[in-house]
Amino acid sequence: MSGTDWRNLAISAALLGLAALLPVYGSPYWLTMGTTMAMFVVLATSWALFSGPTHYISLATAAFFGIGTFVTGLGFQSLPFWVLPPLAAVIGAVLAALVGLVTLRLSGVYFVIFTLGLAEMVRQVVTWVQNQTGHRGMYVLTSITEREIYWMLVALGALVFLAGWLIGRSRLGFALRIIGNDETVAKHAGIDTALAKVALFMVPGAVAAATGAILAPRYIYIEPSTAFAPLLSFQVVIMALLGGTGRLWGPVAGVIPFSLLWEAITRQAPNQTLLLLGIAFLVIVYLLPGGFVGLWERFRRRFGGRT
Amino acid sequence: MYRRTFTQLAAAAVALAAGAGMSLAQDTIRMGAAAPQTGPLAGGATVTHWPAVRLWVHQTNEAGGLQVGDRRMTIELVEYDDQTNPQQAIQAAQRLATQDQVDFMVAPYSTGMNLAAAPIFAQLGYPMITGTAVTDQQPALAQQFPNMFFVLGRTSVMAEDTAHVLVGMRDRGEIGNRVALVNVADAFGIEMAGISRGVLEENGFEIVYESSYPLGTQDLAPVIDGAKAATPDAFIAWSYPGDTFALTDQAIVQNFAPHVFFTAVATAFPGYAARFGDQIEGVMGMGGVNADDAAFQAFAEAHMEFAGQAPDYWASAATYATLEILGQAIEATGSIDRATVLAYLQDRSHEYETILGPVNFNENNDNERYWTVGQWQDGVFRGIAARGRDGAVAAELFDGWN
Repeated sequence: MSGTDWRNLAISAALLGLAALLPVYGSPYWLTMGTTMAMFVVLATSWALFSGPTHYISLATAAFFGIGTFVTGLGFQSLPFWVLPPLAAVIGAVLAALVGLVTLRLSGVYFVIFTLGLAEMVRQVVTWVQNQTGHRGMYVLTSITEREIYWMLVALGALVFLAGWLIGRSRLGFALRIIGNDETVAKHAGIDTALAKVALFMVPGAVAAATGAILAPRYIYIEPSTAFAPLLSFQVVIMALLGGTGRLWGPVAGVIPFSLLWEAITRQAPNQTLLLLGIAFLVIVYLLPGGFVGLWERFRRRFGGRT
Repeated sequence: MYRRTFTQLAAAAVALAAGAGMSLAQDTIRMGAAAPQTGPLAGGATVTHWPAVRLWVHQTNEAGGLQVGDRRMTIELVEYDDQTNPQQAIQAAQRLATQDQVDFMVAPYSTGMNLAAAPIFAQLGYPMITGTAVTDQQPALAQQFPNMFFVLGRTSVMAEDTAHVLVGMRDRGEIGNRVALVNVADAFGIEMAGISRGVLEENGFEIVYESSYPLGTQDLAPVIDGAKAATPDAFIAWSYPGDTFALTDQAIVQNFAPHVFFTAVATAFPGYAARFGDQIEGVMGMGGVNADDAAFQAFAEAHMEFAGQAPDYWASAATYATLEILGQAIEATGSIDRATVLAYLQDRSHEYETILGPVNFNENNDNERYWTVGQWQDGVFRGIAARGRDGAVAAELFDGWN
């Protein structure tokens, strides 16, 4: 590892520590905000791991997230809780692999539409199964506190960053950047593009499912219409793009200001939230086409930093 | 240019932020309310939740406020939209409590949002009197959230009573044994259909047609078609607002008119009557009120005048009653200290006078007196079955879409 690596590692560790200690120095209000932000950081960062280099816009986050909440909903009474997020991750990864094998040969808008449909399809399948088995509404009543949920999300976030860092340095990460730039060239260079894409698509799938499993005790009442709400998929994409997907830290730089902005709008204009949010988003897109990462790189170029 | 616009926007936001958070003279009680104004449940909340909440605040302030000890205190209502999103419901409750520092909070709208917000209410010691949470988990919930109270009743009991209405009609020789049973395919519909099927089969009914449809299905013609072909005496649909309207629509189109026509949620909505007029005479639905009771009629009239729309014949009154209960607990304790008021509510010997009639809570914080089944009779949705409430009228045969 080079000196820069050590420096980045130190900064990351310090920031992680700062995040992990939020319940100690922050008020309950900030813990609630922090939990929401941690959730979006995890989802947006893992989303960008795949969609950043490949430029495949996936709207499947809600599908995997919903599956995760149902894993907890079905399993929390018979299994210890710590088993559930990893179990959800495995199920999410397997599903992502299956979906990936079928769809990652699609490109552009076809892929986007398919992933959007996926959440709805999974929701209908879950509902159908519930209907066949006469299953009741699910109540996840546990003694897990918001603080514990927050810490689990921070830990998951640390894992995602570690995975992202490792992938970025691996042959897989390199292959994906080539695919993103030109898939035909990648194929001719001897890269098994389908395999590479499927392998990486499993990461956001697993992470989103684990996130859902962790958050189920927070929602308490699990029903398909809220567990698979498509809005979540869009929020994740918007936040990741606001931050920029070129760097590992990009999505974080999007999630935090976006969450604060959303909160400020909800607070000041409760009746016009979505309208003002749309306007704010337009302003952001016009001002920051490359996200905050793009802004940062421009800033560094202009003021003579290293490129 | 964009930059300048953005700067102006930012300046406006800062000005707004500075303007809020003032005016905190303590002759007002700050109440917070977060419920859907957008999202899937916004339609239901604008019929049932918001007008009832605002009406209570308006009426209380008109009357000079609540008598708290030796002071009159008016109510200031802080509203947020939870976007029908549990994440937002949690954040809104937290924001109301810790940022706006409201003295009390109105419970959210719908079972899902209430349960999502429940840990915040419990953690910060806010009484949570729900008017739209229906569940069968009261004992477990009351143990986990001892500050949570349930006014609307239990779903399982409503499913049972609906079946018992049919049993009664059959035993009186008014209808035969054949029932068509359909449900919306989500937790609510599945559960309700299961319970009513059990009671019906136990009592020797024959389920001649059974079907379910996914939530959000637009075209319910095949369901009505199938039910009609089975020539049932009674049609029971455990439906949500959208499908309640669609099923009724199709039944009229296909002239499917069994002796009992029951649709569940939203049958009691004023919009249902507005849409179908007197064609729905005899249609049964979930919930109900004592429509002939003077207190309810006064409420309905005030609701009409204040909000420009009639209340629904079920949860509107329950939502209003939750605030009556809270107000009475505040006045009785003479305090706006949450712990004191909560302790008063948790004392099960207290009884509250509401537009639903007297309400008290059992050991599971559960109101045991509520309406379960209603029927449109002479343009009014009257309760035909209830637990612990007087004034139920006899069920009538449905005599077709006239």
